[in-house]
Amino acid sequence: MATRSIVPFGPQHPVLPEPIHLDLVLEDETVVEAIPSIGFIHRGLEKLVEKKDFNEYVYVAERICGICSFMHGMGYCEAVEHVMGIEIPDRAKYLRTIWCEMSRIHSHLLWLGLLADGFGFESLFMESWRMREKILDMFEYSTGGRVIFSVNKIGGQRKDMDDEMIRNFVTILSGMEKDLRLLARTFLDDYAVKSRLQGVGILTAQQAHDLGAVGPFMRASGIALDTRKRGYAAYGDLDFEPIISNIGDSYARTDVRINEIFQSIDLIRQAAAKIPAGEVAVPVKGFPKGEYFMRVEQPRGEALYYVRSNGTKFLERMRVRTPTFANLPGLIEVLKGCQLADVPILILTIDPCISCTER
Amino acid sequence: MTDANQIAILPGELLPNVLKMRAEEYRLIQICSTRTKEGFDLVYSFGKEYDMTNLIFSVGEDDEVISISDIFPPAFLYENEIHDLFGINIKMMNVDYKGNLYRLSQKTPYKNI
Amino acid sequence: MSVISFSRTILKNLFSKPVTRLYPAVPREYPARTRGQIGIDIDSCIFCGICSKKCPTGAITVDKAATSWSIERFGCIQCGACTEVCPKKCLSMLTNYTDPQPKKSVDLYTKTPAEPEKPVEVSPAEKKEQ
Repeated sequence: MATRSIVPFGPQHPVLPEPIHLDLVLEDETVVEAIPSIGFIHRGLEKLVEKKDFNEYVYVAERICGICSFMHGMGYCEAVEHVMGIEIPDRAKYLRTIWCEMSRIHSHLLWLGLLADGFGFESLFMESWRMREKILDMFEYSTGGRVIFSVNKIGGQRKDMDDEMIRNFVTILSGMEKDLRLLARTFLDDYAVKSRLQGVGILTAQQAHDLGAVGPFMRASGIALDTRKRGYAAYGDLDFEPIISNIGDSYARTDVRINEIFQSIDLIRQAAAKIPAGEVAVPVKGFPKGEYFMRVEQPRGEALYYVRSNGTKFLERMRVRTPTFANLPGLIEVLKGCQLADVPILILTIDPCISCTER
Repeated sequence: MTDANQIAILPGELLPNVLKMRAEEYRLIQICSTRTKEGFDLVYSFGKEYDMTNLIFSVGEDDEVISISDIFPPAFLYENEIHDLFGINIKMMNVDYKGNLYRLSQKTPYKNI
Repeated sequence: MSVISFSRTILKNLFSKPVTRLYPAVPREYPARTRGQIGIDIDSCIFCGICSKKCPTGAITVDKAATSWSIERFGCIQCGACTEVCPKKCLSMLTNYTDPQPKKSVDLYTKTPAEPEKPVEVSPAEKKEQ
């Protein structure tokens, strides 16, 4: 009869980007059960709707998370625009799409760096983040900030990108593709990386469906669902298919995310070719009344924004259900039966964004 | 307008409707609660492919709600969260944090508007 | 072979300059849209207080009686809402960031009221000509 011991993991740990606590029940070196404990970074942002009116709340919504910042602002704005019945101009929709896809590339490159750091390959971590610097420079050039952009507002966008700037960005991204292919070859073909990732943390398609997993975590198990296909912003005009893999282990999740980077560069190229001229914002009059559920595909999965208002300038309720919150039950399932040394890798493969989870 | 199917049910009909969702292979998307003058409005969202169906009903402040975590295992996180923040009485959760999911200095902060 | 390809990398790295910037010896040049901090042209300000009402964090304080405009540098989130609503367009977004400081600071700008113009003395001869 093997002895069981409980090892606490987190909230401070060098491999975790954000604080999460897990109590791991171990039998020798194998994890038998994991009990999560969150709540270290709960700021109560949903309660701020009582103090900030619906226009000012965009600044709060953007600051829920640093990596997914643009899409939080965009999801909130789209939800309120649907409640008020505002139709934003086409150019604003295309600009939102371009910035969203750039956010997705930046988030996946950040994740690739953290994954490499997680199994000790520091120079690969530095290479991924060096490529990410080019995207951050593009953000600063177009919006003014590297992390928090403040370009979303209810009714459209606050800043415009002229055509020369967009052409410039497409050129920089095409130049990046060559370096990215070299990076992808290292992640997917190198023997040392493969031995840490293949066969680790398998999640079957039925388990992914029952546990409510979302995003690349679910797509790597074979379920082909991508919320961008519902056609919000300008995605209805662009041509793409969800990227899936049928294996379901950590190697498949890395593969799906790397292919999503290339898909995003292609989507930006398509959007830059189709972007119409026009204004980027419409004026907003009156107060919202009603409720709406808006779903957006963040880099980590499907996020849901629920907005409810009663005709005054303060909203009644604003709820964000973030993708990491939906992936946590999947994480607990995947941790059962793995070795203790694989725990950091498995936590990183769900791409945890704990500040989104606990708002 | 919410771009989803809204089905209004009575609080007692929650479990039969959730079992029907399970039989039709829906996945749980989220559970949300809003504070109203008389109590709370609860929304349970389920999804299949790209469609979403919401079950909405209202409960009073002291009413009991039976947990759906035996039918949909991931529901325990959402139910613990609304128990901690709003003070809704949820019975028979399969993993019960007993009010300690979020470490709050003031209990049920969203309950008082 | 890996020895040959690696020596190519070594030689390339030995003879090229570093990728990183030698900051602070080489100062950083910010792009034109960088949201660094808020600057004010105090002489055009009419102290209407609209910027103070629009600020989401309440970092701006306007005192009409004392003709002063102050901003908490570390409370400002550089959103740019004040620059958009100012009726006299005297607020602008500068590209350099606030310097790090040991305590939170408040920057105060005061407008000295202009001296009333002295009436020009006109001699009786010129008055006759007019």
